[in-house]
Amino acid sequence: MWRYILKRLLMLIPVLLAVAFVIYAIMNVAEGDPVYSVAGADATEEQLAALREEMGLNGSLIERYFRYIGNLLKGDLGVSYVSKQDVMKIYLQRLPNTLKLASMTMIFATLIALPLGIIAAVNQNSWIDTVSMVLALIGLSMPNFWLGLLLIILFSLKLGWFPSGGNEGFKSIILPAFTVGAGLAALLTRTTRSSMLDVIRQDYLRTARAKGVPEKTIIRKHALRNALIPIITIFGVQFSNVLGGSVLAETVFAWPGVGRLVVDAIDQRDIPTVTGALVMTTMLVTVVNLLIDIVYAFVDPRIKAKYSK
Amino acid sequence: MANEKELRAHQKYKKRSSLGMVWHQLKKNKGAIIGLILISLVIILALCAPLIYDYKQDIVKNHVRERMLYPSAEHPFGTDDLGRDILARVIWGARYSLAVGVVAVLFALVVGVTLGAIAGYVGGVFEDIVMRVCDIFSSIPSVLLAIAVVSAMGKSTVNLMIAVGLASSAPFTRVARAAVLVVRDEEYIEAAKAIGMRDWQIILEHILPNCVSQIIVQATLRVGSAIISAAQLSFLGLGVPAPAPEWGAMLSSGRQFIRDYSYMTLFPGLAIMLCVLSLNLLGDGLRDALDPKLKR
Amino acid sequence: MSEKEITRNEKILDVKNLSVRFETEDGIVRAVNGIDLDLGYHRTLGLVGETGAGKTTTALALLRLVQSPPGVVECDKLEIGGRDIRELSIEHMEQIRGKDISMIFQDPMTALNPVFTVGDQIAESLELHEHLNHEQALERAGDMLEMVGIPRARGKEYPHQFSGGMKQRVVIAIALACNPKLLIADEPTTALDVTIQAQVLELMNDLKTKYDTSMIMITHDLGIVAEVCDEVAVMYAGRIIEKGTLEDVFRETMHPYTEGLFNSLPNIKNRTARLKPIMGLMPDPTNLPPGCAFAPRCNYATEECSKEVPELKAVSQTHKCACCAYEREGFCIERRAKK
Repeated sequence: MWRYILKRLLMLIPVLLAVAFVIYAIMNVAEGDPVYSVAGADATEEQLAALREEMGLNGSLIERYFRYIGNLLKGDLGVSYVSKQDVMKIYLQRLPNTLKLASMTMIFATLIALPLGIIAAVNQNSWIDTVSMVLALIGLSMPNFWLGLLLIILFSLKLGWFPSGGNEGFKSIILPAFTVGAGLAALLTRTTRSSMLDVIRQDYLRTARAKGVPEKTIIRKHALRNALIPIITIFGVQFSNVLGGSVLAETVFAWPGVGRLVVDAIDQRDIPTVTGALVMTTMLVTVVNLLIDIVYAFVDPRIKAKYSK
Repeated sequence: MANEKELRAHQKYKKRSSLGMVWHQLKKNKGAIIGLILISLVIILALCAPLIYDYKQDIVKNHVRERMLYPSAEHPFGTDDLGRDILARVIWGARYSLAVGVVAVLFALVVGVTLGAIAGYVGGVFEDIVMRVCDIFSSIPSVLLAIAVVSAMGKSTVNLMIAVGLASSAPFTRVARAAVLVVRDEEYIEAAKAIGMRDWQIILEHILPNCVSQIIVQATLRVGSAIISAAQLSFLGLGVPAPAPEWGAMLSSGRQFIRDYSYMTLFPGLAIMLCVLSLNLLGDGLRDALDPKLKR
Repeated sequence: MSEKEITRNEKILDVKNLSVRFETEDGIVRAVNGIDLDLGYHRTLGLVGETGAGKTTTALALLRLVQSPPGVVECDKLEIGGRDIRELSIEHMEQIRGKDISMIFQDPMTALNPVFTVGDQIAESLELHEHLNHEQALERAGDMLEMVGIPRARGKEYPHQFSGGMKQRVVIAIALACNPKLLIADEPTTALDVTIQAQVLELMNDLKTKYDTSMIMITHDLGIVAEVCDEVAVMYAGRIIEKGTLEDVFRETMHPYTEGLFNSLPNIKNRTARLKPIMGLMPDPTNLPPGCAFAPRCNYATEECSKEVPELKAVSQTHKCACCAYEREGFCIERRAKK
């Protein structure tokens, strides 16, 4: 088991290098040489070259990439063009807010989706099943930022229950978390339902019933434990979408997280900040996916056995 | 020779009969039919928009005297901060959303299916590289990836399509590769090789038809999420440039007046939802029709 | 008369006119159509028939485990150990299942929950019915494992670490954990390798004697019936068409379908004889033919056979048969004519 985790950690390294390369390449084919905008129109060739060296923009793309990776391994993501601050420092300042929002989102989505999906599956084809499936479909079809705007109109402007933006206290996280979480909750409800329906038909539940296990225990213990496996997969796949969704929610609710950082940096053509934030965010997603693969092993002994081989 | 003919006849027969079956199953699904009707209506409206409105006069021209009018008989959806009729702009906006959604997904489909099919068929190092790249693209949040691409290439409708398309290529690659892996070692592929068909012929004629149904389902569902992605980018100011009536951009400008003129943020969002909802209904229906086992 | 003999005359199972139908979109599937079953204490009944004859559905109906909807169960009497269980509450039923009556399922590969250890799965019914705490229950589960020939240390392992035959032993251990009065074994050896089949059968025979359990053995294998059972009931299309002691059915075979089953077996004594399989297929249970359901496949069928469903009539004190051909003077099936 530990050997498997170690192997997976080692495998992360090439993946992260490749991720950094893809992002670095995308960001550095940007039209226009940032040197001009920094130095001004009447700079001489020598001034430009000096500035280029100072900003780490001399040399070919590959050369620059390797320099970037070298610095990255030392924890240095370069310096922002705009604020002249260390990008890693800016990123780490914003990260806790984004993680707070992401974890609230996931908790919130799980609290809604898991019971709803289970009830829908157990009472298949009943009105409650129909209602939850319609709700899930609407949740999947709603653009999250629009939902955020609607929530602001209703809960902060009309009812005044929650603030319409900012990061002050627990109340201010509710609306953003709901905004990002609605889509995830919808998807989770559907997955939970279909996964439970799958498990409910399994022979081993019949064995449990024939043993005289009460129906509630059958659902809670025997069925749910098995149904959790595909549900956990969705968490892994969707973590990256939660971070993506929080970019929008952070904009709508003026939430000072990584998403806002990226959007603002793009407006200001602050390439080191955009690149750095993207690279770090992707690393975060990859690490979370690894964690989820490990969680699997504790839910399903068959996977644990496979890892141990 | 006769062998090849038989093989082809067999596949044609399979294709036609399964398409008929799919339609038969789909007809029974109320949700899918509602989705089909709604999306057809949206498409017809989008196509007919130039017959109803004049782009310069009705869509982008400012009418200072008619600024910020609440919904009324004359302007059913009200007017925006520049006095433009929101209904007209929402209808015209369908052209952008559908075009971006469809082109982006076609882009993703061509890139993804080509790479996936070749990767599955060839195997080896090429397959490894393609699948790792897929993993990388899936671990970058798709909104952020699209943002990066647009900001690197500049804001334009075409770049928006490419950005959204690139961000949704990975799932198609996976579907195509998985489908190829299933049939790669089947005997009729051996037979096709034995009668001297070329690799690309085998992929096109024998392997891809087997995953067409999954690709159609993926594509239908993906157009919906591509429309949302495009609207998100426009909302962030990275999509279709102003003054074009893109739904996400309309929401972004309506947002400034959310306190007193909330109707401005209502209708474009409803339009997006309606569009995506009908595509999801249709996609779900197609999936159930193609795989009756999944229907519950 | 001693007390023990009185119980011997009583029945562990008494079922009258049991019917099960499934109301599906594509029509009503009539799986079981009015059967009577009874079984004395310490006896073993073989329920024989082809796949789809309604054997498993009958067994599930006895445990009241038929899925509803779509399943609808009707019967005039359903007594286990002298108690009618038709109207019992679900909670009450849960106390009976696994304690008074338990079941071994056909496919051991899917009958065990993959995410719990086998020890836990055996212990669960002990905790429920014998009110043991977890440690005590695990201890007893270890005993049960040893009883079915598995080292107790393997109780900590998960189902995927066991072979098919081993899994079936675990399933048997689960079923016998609370010493049930009636054990239903639904084709317990069908999914196993031939070499393992014999071991599992022997184990079941031993345990049956040891625990003094009554048993219903569901099977399509007449060899197993001969080895294990005291009584036999032959099912066809949801009805019992012949019933009696092992002697009655094997030596004094009456029904043409039972004869067909015997003819489908290879004959070891006469290796040159060709197998005579029964022609055709079991009728569609959504659309049963009028009259005798076997008539379309029966060599002896006359027009009379398609008119009315033949009644299960007593031939001797223990032997019953449902075939209207016997109303014809001097009718005799080939199998008995040869003798």
